[in-house]
Amino acid sequence: MTARTRVLGRAGQYLALLAYLVFLAFPFLWLISTAFKSPRELGSLHPTWIPRHPTLDNFRQAFDEQPLLHAGLNSLIAAVSAALIAVVIATPMAYVMARHRGRLATAATGWVVVSQAFPFVLLIIPLFLVLKNLRAINSVGGLVMVYVVWSLPFALWMLNGYVRAVPAELEEAAAVDGAGRLRTLVSVTAPLLAPGIVATALFAFITAWNEFFFALVLLKSPEKQTLPVVLTHFLGAEGVADLGPLAAAAFLATLPSLVIFALIQKRITGGMLAGAVKS
Amino acid sequence: MRDPRRPVRRLTVAGVLALLLPLLAGCSGDRADTGGVITLRFQSLAWQKESVDATKALVKEWNAGHPAVQVQYVQGSWDTVHDQLLTAFEGGEAPDVIHDASDDLADFAYGGRLADLNALLPERLKRDIPARSWGTTTFGTGVYGVPFLQEPRVLIANTKLLRSSGVRVPTVEQPWSWAEFSQVAKRLSGAGRYGVAWPLKEPVSATLNLGLGAGGRLFARDAGGKAKVEFTAGDAVVPTTIAAQVNTDHSAARATLGMGGSDTLPGFFGGKYAMVPLGFSYRQQIARQAPPGFAWTVLPAPAGSAGLDQGVSPQTLSVAEDSPHKKEAVAFIDFLLTPAHMVRLAGGDWMLPTGTDALKDPALHTTEDGWATGAALAPYLRPAPAQSVRGYPEWKDKVATPALQEYYSGAIDTGELRKRLVQDGNRVLARYQR
Repeated sequence: MTARTRVLGRAGQYLALLAYLVFLAFPFLWLISTAFKSPRELGSLHPTWIPRHPTLDNFRQAFDEQPLLHAGLNSLIAAVSAALIAVVIATPMAYVMARHRGRLATAATGWVVVSQAFPFVLLIIPLFLVLKNLRAINSVGGLVMVYVVWSLPFALWMLNGYVRAVPAELEEAAAVDGAGRLRTLVSVTAPLLAPGIVATALFAFITAWNEFFFALVLLKSPEKQTLPVVLTHFLGAEGVADLGPLAAAAFLATLPSLVIFALIQKRITGGMLAGAVKS
Repeated sequence: MRDPRRPVRRLTVAGVLALLLPLLAGCSGDRADTGGVITLRFQSLAWQKESVDATKALVKEWNAGHPAVQVQYVQGSWDTVHDQLLTAFEGGEAPDVIHDASDDLADFAYGGRLADLNALLPERLKRDIPARSWGTTTFGTGVYGVPFLQEPRVLIANTKLLRSSGVRVPTVEQPWSWAEFSQVAKRLSGAGRYGVAWPLKEPVSATLNLGLGAGGRLFARDAGGKAKVEFTAGDAVVPTTIAAQVNTDHSAARATLGMGGSDTLPGFFGGKYAMVPLGFSYRQQIARQAPPGFAWTVLPAPAGSAGLDQGVSPQTLSVAEDSPHKKEAVAFIDFLLTPAHMVRLAGGDWMLPTGTDALKDPALHTTEDGWATGAALAPYLRPAPAQSVRGYPEWKDKVATPALQEYYSGAIDTGELRKRLVQDGNRVLARYQR
């Protein structure tokens, strides 16, 4: 391969990457642009990237018409709680699955993968009835239960990779020094797993933060609704939308997920690939 | 030796507990002791600021005057109402008073989810709303909702282009025929402009409801009362007109076939389309978004052998069968739909009230923003043809929508369209009528 071919190949790669980035970024950039446009500008036949007369009216209207802050707080409570509980449950489970590879662990792993294939619609009515019997309908607590169950399989799968990346020899050394199973897990394995645990927790957080369907069905009271549900209140019949305020509210709702994902994306890929190659 | 990280850990644990304890405490739901006061949950689908404000204000007025029956306003969404109600009914957690559209009620009514209001409705309300509107919420022998707001489809036209073309401007008394409409669309086309832009992202309701005026019904019932699809000459008028405008005359824009109504507005404001057939309530968006100096006019839709008749699916208020307070729920609906209140709700949504008294209100007869044209069309609004047909949603999604989309784009001819709508359609309907 000549130097020229290598340079051309590399340039092609960067071009493809740039095209992909533009493709991914376009909807979000358009959302930001829309959020700052007046109704008149939104109805223009020749839309521009940069608003000609930028305005904050859409943000004002969005906050004025819908309880965005309150809904955001509900989303935050549900997402943080779900993430914490999911990680607390998933960590020891993942440890067992990674360290004790028997038929049970294989079956459990298989079940985790299969469970991801169930569509929401299939689960929602039985889930609704179970939560009703638990008197957990219309409570953020009930919603958190659902989010924990929903994010647990993937959290387990992610953490499994992280646990396998921790050398078993370290635990054996701790055992030789007299540490029990729990002590080993808490004092030796957990600190090494910390980046993976954080990444998993943040992934569970983002899943819960963005979730719409369960929140729609399970929460009745307006004061308990989460942000994705409140966003639908900007939509009318037959797909008509109050586009400016909707874009403003959607932009604000997207920010936490974006910031968090920017922080954890390296760790997520690390977690997925951990243990893939024997070193 | 003390672990220096211990205080941090303690703080973390305390933080987690502080977050979780209120959650667990909240698991008991919202069954507070109401001290003998009845609380009705009213799920409203009002979404535009004016209509939300009007609805909330009326709820507030009710609550002030009825301390023993309090109404809790719950915000719903048009986009998700069907799935949300379906689940709520299954779980016995449906709101007491339900805001919806009449074309969404059939399966809930036949499924025993909604209360039959026949014996509960006050005479005043029964008399005030015309029989044709009650027809939209009557399933079998029961009345399962109160129709209260409706909107005709109208033509919104660019006034300047219309006037300069020299065509006859239609009125409710002298509307265009479908043939004349085709001629006008051709005349308004040219120089990079289309005479009409049909936003047909949802082609079924537009085709069926406008088809009523052309003598089409599409759905008929046999002697046993079973619904079946029939595609008559009247049913063919609207689809063949649109298809010819798009594929033969090129007086209708092909690009708008996959658009929703809002998507066509920039082209309309920019002079790219001279007319856009839209629901009456779209005027609110047009009034807000139109550039300064842009003049627009509301025209009646073309008339056929049945005149200006067109199908509508009014917005409705229903009561859940599971509600323990049906009488109180109906009393609240009656309050919400007094003529003066109905006018407020209609104004907020830029729609027409169904009530005869409310329709007389002078505010609905002003020429400004085309209100008078809409009000004059009210007597011609009929129940949408598919209104009470069980299985209609599946027929619409699986048969009619793809068939009409292919037909309008020129991929299939009228014979194939007829075959699909009738043969495939009847197979779907048969499953619901065994």
